[in-house]
Amino acid sequence: MKILYFDHISGTPIHPDVKKVMINYINNNYGNPVSQHSLGDAASEALETAREQTAALINAKPQEIVFTSGGTESINHAIKGVAMATHDKGKHIITSNIEHQSVSKSLRMLMRMGYHVTSLPVDNYGLVDPKDVERAITNETVLVTIMHANNEIGTIEPIAEIGKITRARGIIFHTDAIASAGVIPFDVDAMGVDLVSMAANQFYGPSGVGALYIRPKTRILPIIEGGMQENGQRAGTENMVGIVGMGKAAELAKNEMPQRIQHLRQLRQTWIDKVKTIEAIEINGHPTECLPHLVSFSVHYVEGESMILMLDEKGICASTRSACASGSLRASHVLLATGCDYAAAQGTLIFSFGIMNTMEELDRAMEVFKDAVVFLRNMSPLYKKKST
Amino acid sequence: MQYSETVMEHFKNPHNVGTIENPDGVGQVGNPVCGDMMKIMIKVKDDKIDDIKFETFGCGAAIAVSSMVTDMAKGKTLEEAMQITNKSVAEQLGGLPKNKMHCSNLGADALQKAIQDYIDRKEGRVRKRPDEGLEHIDSHEKHCYCPYCDYDQPETAPFCVRCGKPTVEHDHD
Repeated sequence: MKILYFDHISGTPIHPDVKKVMINYINNNYGNPVSQHSLGDAASEALETAREQTAALINAKPQEIVFTSGGTESINHAIKGVAMATHDKGKHIITSNIEHQSVSKSLRMLMRMGYHVTSLPVDNYGLVDPKDVERAITNETVLVTIMHANNEIGTIEPIAEIGKITRARGIIFHTDAIASAGVIPFDVDAMGVDLVSMAANQFYGPSGVGALYIRPKTRILPIIEGGMQENGQRAGTENMVGIVGMGKAAELAKNEMPQRIQHLRQLRQTWIDKVKTIEAIEINGHPTECLPHLVSFSVHYVEGESMILMLDEKGICASTRSACASGSLRASHVLLATGCDYAAAQGTLIFSFGIMNTMEELDRAMEVFKDAVVFLRNMSPLYKKKST
Repeated sequence: MQYSETVMEHFKNPHNVGTIENPDGVGQVGNPVCGDMMKIMIKVKDDKIDDIKFETFGCGAAIAVSSMVTDMAKGKTLEEAMQITNKSVAEQLGGLPKNKMHCSNLGADALQKAIQDYIDRKEGRVRKRPDEGLEHIDSHEKHCYCPYCDYDQPETAPFCVRCGKPTVEHDHD
C-alpha cells in the first residue's frame, strides 16, 4: 500500500537533490569549519555557501544568518536572547494568542522572571489587528513576537504592517516564519522584521536544522555559549550535513517557488471542493490570506484522533489538533482563539500538501475520508441527536 | 502506534454499536468539551443484561472502551455487571496509554449509570431520562458543584470551571 502523505506541516520529505548534496558531503568531508587545514577550509566554504543560499531565500545578507538546531531553537534564541540583552530597557513583550508553544512557553519562562506579556486576540480568521499591537506598546516594551503564518489554520498575519509600527517605535520585532519560509516569498526588508525563525524541514530540507535571521545592530545575546561559531551568536560545531542540506533546499525553494505555489494551491483548492461536498464541515482560517499548502477543517459530530486512525489504516497521513491527540489533552488553543467551539475543535483535521502530491492521490484520499466520516458519524450520539 | 492490538481491533470493528428502542436504562458520560462522550443503552430481562448498545463520540481509545465494556456486560446479571470497572475494561484491552486512562476510559461509568437508571425507574423513583437532563443538584450546602471533582460551580456553568468535565444540566421548576 502506497503511503499518501498530507502532513507536510509536520515535516517534508527531503528533496532528492538535497539528499545528493548531503550524501556527497558525508562521503567527502568531515572537517571542522574552524580548523586551519584543507579539510577545515573545505567545510568552512560549504558552510558559507549554505549561508548565502539560506540568506537569499528571505532577501537577507549571508552574515545575518545564524544556523541553529531547528525552528524551536531559533525561537528560543530570539525571545530569550533579546530579553537578556534588553532587560535594562524594560520587561514588556507583545505576542498573539495563536503562537506556537516554542513562543508561548519561552514567554511563560520570562514571566516567571518578572516579565509582563501582552497576548493579543485574533479575529475569526485568526488575524491579529496591527492597531492592537500599536495600542499595546508601552515604554517598557522590548520585543514584539508574532508569527508570519499559523501552522494550524494557515492564516498569514499582516507582518509588514506590524513591522512599520515596531520600526517607528524602535522596538525589536521577531516573527516565527517556520510554517511559511521556503513556502511563500519572504523579504526581511519589506516585512520590517529584525528577527526571523525558520526551519529546513518545512521546505524539503532535513529536520534538526534551522536558522535565525538577525538584523545587524539588533540587541540580542546568544543562549548557547562556547566557541565563536556563527559570529558568536551560536556556539558549538555546526551540524554540517544538515546545514549543507538546508542551503540546497533553500536554493531549490527560491528557484521553484512560483511553480510550487501554483501546484500546491491547486491541490488545496481541489481538496476543499471535495470536502465541501460532505455535510457539516467547516473550513478554518482566512479564505485568501492563507498558506498555499495547508487547509484546516472541522468535521462536526466526530473526533479528530479517531479519524486520523482510520485514515492511517488506509495509508493516509494527516494531522489533528484535537485534545485527545495532543499530549496536553486540551483542544487547540489556536482554534479556540478564533472562536471555534470546543466540539468542533475536537473534530478538526489538518491536511498539508507537498510538491510530490498529485490530484489522483486526492481522489483516493477522499474515498477513504468519506467512509471514515460516515462510519464515525453513525456511531456518534451527537450526530443522531441532530438528525432526529 | 500507541494503542495495543486489541484496542485497534475493537476500534476498527466495534461491537454493539447502535441504539435500542425503548431501552430499560440509559447512561451517558462525558461531553464534547473533553473530547469524549459515551451513551450506553440496556435492555434487562430476568435481572440480566439481555441487550446492550452504545454510541460514542471520541478518540480511538473511547470507541474501543465502549466496544469492550458492552461485550463484557452482555449476558451478565446486573450484580455482575456492576462489578465491571474502568480498570478491568482497560486490562481486557491490553492496557491503554497513560494519558487516556482518565478521559477516554469512561465505559464502566456509563454502564453503571445505565444500570442505575434501570433500577431507579423500576423502583418507581420518577426521574427524567438522563439524555433529557438530570435533576438540579443543590445538596452541596445549597451550592452547585461538580459531580466529578466536588468543586463549587456558578449556577450557569455548562462544564466544571476546574476539571473541565460537564456539570449536570441545571433544571429549575
